[in-house]
Amino acid sequence: MSLWEYANPVKFLNLSDKVLPFFAGFSIIGLAVGLFWGFFFTPDDYRQGSTVKIIYLHVPSALMAINAWFMMLVASVIWLVRRHHVSALAAKAAAPVGVTMTMVALVTGALWGQPMWGTWWAWDPRLTSFLILFLFYLGYIALWSSIDNPDTAADLTSMLCIVGSVFAILSRYAVNFWNQGLHQGASLSLDKEKNVADVFYQPLLFSIFGFVFLFLTLVLIGTRTEIRLRRAEALRLKKDRE
Amino acid sequence: MIALLQRDLILAVRAGGGFGLGMAFFLIVVILVPLGIGPDLEILSKVSVGILWVGALLACVLSLDRIFSLDYDDGTLELLLTSPIPLEAVVTVKSFSHWITTGLPLVVISPILGLLLGLQVSDLKWVFISLLLGTPALSVIGAFGAALTVGIRRGGLLLSLLVLPLYVPTLIFGANVASKGLADISNNSALLILTAVTLAAFSILPFASALVLRINLR
Repeated sequence: MSLWEYANPVKFLNLSDKVLPFFAGFSIIGLAVGLFWGFFFTPDDYRQGSTVKIIYLHVPSALMAINAWFMMLVASVIWLVRRHHVSALAAKAAAPVGVTMTMVALVTGALWGQPMWGTWWAWDPRLTSFLILFLFYLGYIALWSSIDNPDTAADLTSMLCIVGSVFAILSRYAVNFWNQGLHQGASLSLDKEKNVADVFYQPLLFSIFGFVFLFLTLVLIGTRTEIRLRRAEALRLKKDRE
Repeated sequence: MIALLQRDLILAVRAGGGFGLGMAFFLIVVILVPLGIGPDLEILSKVSVGILWVGALLACVLSLDRIFSLDYDDGTLELLLTSPIPLEAVVTVKSFSHWITTGLPLVVISPILGLLLGLQVSDLKWVFISLLLGTPALSVIGAFGAALTVGIRRGGLLLSLLVLPLYVPTLIFGANVASKGLADISNNSALLILTAVTLAAFSILPFASALVLRINLR
């Protein structure tokens, strides 16, 4: 019994069928508790007023935007090394979710920045690197959709993902070099002193939990759809041949 | 390898142009920007580094699909794949010849265009140096994008969508070298990083590009 067993599409479908309801449930619970608690039962910040509550959407979506790319990177490497189709399809399914998370982070950031910094947008390193991440996602999705042969497409997008990751990290440091920031430091770090205050912190954890499972649910659904599309295509080709 | 370089250079110069085209595009961009911004030389000199860098970058992107697509279409690339030279070396040579035919002319005319944009003569050397060190990276990174899209019909727009985000670090460090040089601030660190980006790109990316080409030629 090993993890690789689930690289078999049928076994993957069976397993994901079983875990999907739980993942969806966790996501709903996490989001409901985190957002309700965050929106209605936390005090207003003494300086930021109620705009501070944007944090419950902004931080988790930004976190998942980066983690989605990381997951795509891992899945791409697995595809290139072990040639498991499920892995390639999971990477493909994660991209639209990742780009949506990036959009949510950018939009909520703009909505938060307007009252707080007095501007919708600033060419701050964090903001800029998110915009660049957004472009990387667009390129990745566009490359997937423009190649017909599924294996070639998976190979090429995997290579793009790996090379893109290196350049994305390089860009992250380059923009730091380029401009000093307006954005605050990390909201969540192991260094407790710098974190957000506890009243805001606890619902934020629920919200992040909800976002993680939301991501997993969406990626699983996407991967299952891709597998079934693949199967439908195979059936069609088989029928054509007969 | 030298024979391959010669062949690529001769083809670029003779067959269907392409050679001066990037330069002409660069010239047009630099002429159009003042028409959009206005003739005030003070404003223009402030944005000149950015215009020159972005113009060079776009001129480079425009000619990228020439690196592999013609050879892919007529089967030369498959022959090169079976030749004794490793494909990685082929990619390196082709990136280099792309730089000689596109990047180098841009570097050479950049001081003249810098004058048009109101830069001081003493400042031109920084524009020249930053482009000289940075444009080879643009060619070799672009070759990776060109390798990715070589099998796609009308992949030009897709190519720019893939390649432009990859150009971000080079652009930032390159423009930083020039603008710090212009402002008489020490630009040593930016200069070193820019050189590192170019050297690292030339030493690592051809392997990725060759892998991608092999996938496309399967």
